[in-house]
Amino acid sequence: MDKKEIINAAGMHYTPLNRAIRRASVEGADEIVIRNVLGQRFIADGLKGSLRLEIHGLPGGDLGFLMSGPVCTVYGNCDHAPGNTMNAGRIVIHGSAGDAVAHSMRGGEIFVRDDIGYRGGIHMKEYMEKRPVLVVGGSARAFLGEYMAGGLLIVLGKDGETVIDRGIGSAIHGGEIYIRGEVDETLLGAGAMKLPFTDEAREKIRPYVEEFGHLFGIDAATLIADDYTRIGPASARPFAGDYTWE
Amino acid sequence: MTLGSMPVRYRITIDRDECMLCGRCIENCSYGVFRKEGDRIKIDSRKCTACHRCITMCPRDAIMMQEKPVDYRSHPLWTRDVREAIYNQARTGGIILSGMGNAKKYPIIFDRLVLDACQVTNPSIDPLREPMELRTYIGKKPERLRFRKDTTGEIGLETEIAPNLQLETPIMIGHMSYGAISLNAQLSLAQAATATGTFMGTGEGGLHKALYPYQDHMIVQVASGRFGVDIDYLERGAAIEIKIGQGAKPGIGGHLPGEKVSPEISRTRRIPEGSDAISPAPHHDIYSIEDLAQLVRGLKEATEWKKPVFVKIAAVHNSAAIAAGIARSSADAVVVDGFRGGSGATPRVFRDNVGIPIEAAVASIDEKLRTQGVRNEISVIASGGIRESADVAKVIALGADAVYIGTAALAAMGCRVCGNCYRGLCPWGIATQRPDLVSRLDPAVESEHVANLIGGWTHELAELMGAAGINSIESLRGNRDRLRGYMLDENMLNVLDIRAVGA
Repeated sequence: MDKKEIINAAGMHYTPLNRAIRRASVEGADEIVIRNVLGQRFIADGLKGSLRLEIHGLPGGDLGFLMSGPVCTVYGNCDHAPGNTMNAGRIVIHGSAGDAVAHSMRGGEIFVRDDIGYRGGIHMKEYMEKRPVLVVGGSARAFLGEYMAGGLLIVLGKDGETVIDRGIGSAIHGGEIYIRGEVDETLLGAGAMKLPFTDEAREKIRPYVEEFGHLFGIDAATLIADDYTRIGPASARPFAGDYTWE
Repeated sequence: MTLGSMPVRYRITIDRDECMLCGRCIENCSYGVFRKEGDRIKIDSRKCTACHRCITMCPRDAIMMQEKPVDYRSHPLWTRDVREAIYNQARTGGIILSGMGNAKKYPIIFDRLVLDACQVTNPSIDPLREPMELRTYIGKKPERLRFRKDTTGEIGLETEIAPNLQLETPIMIGHMSYGAISLNAQLSLAQAATATGTFMGTGEGGLHKALYPYQDHMIVQVASGRFGVDIDYLERGAAIEIKIGQGAKPGIGGHLPGEKVSPEISRTRRIPEGSDAISPAPHHDIYSIEDLAQLVRGLKEATEWKKPVFVKIAAVHNSAAIAAGIARSSADAVVVDGFRGGSGATPRVFRDNVGIPIEAAVASIDEKLRTQGVRNEISVIASGGIRESADVAKVIALGADAVYIGTAALAAMGCRVCGNCYRGLCPWGIATQRPDLVSRLDPAVESEHVANLIGGWTHELAELMGAAGINSIESLRGNRDRLRGYMLDENMLNVLDIRAVGA
């Protein structure tokens, strides 16, 4: 039987809130339900283990910063940078999120049901088995996947719009961005290029699109059947030719 | 012989009477200056970088090196350096990459500052006989202490003290990453820091397993690329440092070129082998002082407020105002890196032209923090061009709590400041990842050299303090009365808040 803890975050500062989460975790909770969250930053920062957090309300910035293992499900919108430098685990957002979602994320998965702000997936990176994944159900703003060095970023545009701004993959030097439908070449940032959307590529994103559908009760079959624009780096060494020795 | 359009920078000659053809110069030169042809060692001076490895290793002292053996027509404006940079860029069209610190002939403020000593009144202290307090604590100091008497009448401290680092000497070793320098170099520095009761920085390259035994003396860095950063790394460090800027290249990020990302470096930084490690100029989540406060607090939350968090900035025009902002961000120390700070690879135009000297930056930061009543909120660590114990004493008297040394610690391990670090061929085994070169640096030996240097400077510092009648580092800090400016103009004296010699 899972041990479930309930925390009422109403009027609580983030430090005591995080302490309460850690205490519950130490005391053997498997699941923590946090109610009345209103702008508390840093929830689940640096948290390890396999805890499940159910967050009701509007968490502030840096949800799951440096998190390594737990699963956060948010019933509400998120402020900026959920999953910042996250190492492992999962964040599921039943709503939208602000800027710099998955900033420097190194592992784990983030699923956002609706839209994200500017610079989503900025500087995500991968190493060996650690390959971070960001799936956005709605649309994303400018500089999506900027400085991206690894991992997988998928934008589904379930409501019709995908990327509605310029600078996609600006200075990307690793990883891949998949955007459902056709993306105009002029929206690509410096250093990014379109790659062929092969059957293999479709199979690569299929499990994540299906998981997205499963998580949010959305029919994934039509989403995965469509064609995607696949964007990757023009070079893994974007600055290699810029220098001369003294 | 390689042909080039520029005259050779260094001329190597061998005293043929002394040379016994042992070939050590050939073995030791990683740049390929020497080769054997028949019974003669041939020289290609054009490849020389003035690293002195051959000179040090020649058993007969037979090798001589001359800098700039070919004159240009002298001209006060069109210097040799300016002309050679033009020839280089005309040929390549590139940004000139350089190593080591600022190479322009700016006046050195340290060399125009003199320290005080006691005569007759306020007698000097002999550190041999009397205790000298060189221990320093880095971190927040409470504004006031509150005590509480419990029911039994015992008095206990009520004020919560923020975690501080305890330094046995105010000299720490700055951040030089694994990648910029070799693992053996980092190991030597870590062992020296542990032996001398001080701390060293990891740089932005993660923490290699081999350094775990010294982690209590290591400050882990979080820079814009977030390389090697995870919760385990942060929990291992004695403190965490957010790198905003570097004195050698204020305002720009860093690129570790893919060819330096070997399997081991790839594992430590946690990026694929051979890919560029790009640290962008800004942190992606910091665009204001409020954002910085958010990162500081985020790191503290992640580590349960157990670790001091430092913020390192380059010394720039408005660093005093920035430091005042940092003091209000929950950070425990501000590190300010002057424009003479070293670097393994920096665009020459930044190295030589951007930023301000550490002396002026520290003085203005200390003044600003005192004026605003927040000096106790934050420690000030000075770095960038600290060359000797006198510089340490002077910069502490200008308001710093402690210093970081970089180049000086490398020089203790053999570095000759040749400035070719970015080539990855360092014959001293410092700025290289080539296994045969790295193995030349023995941590058992070099850690002792670095510890000797820190010990020697600390001893000198105690002597300087004793001579001035000061018996604790805290009484030297910000003690501008014990400094005088020699041949500094009035504006500079005002910035440093010191008087001129004789005044």
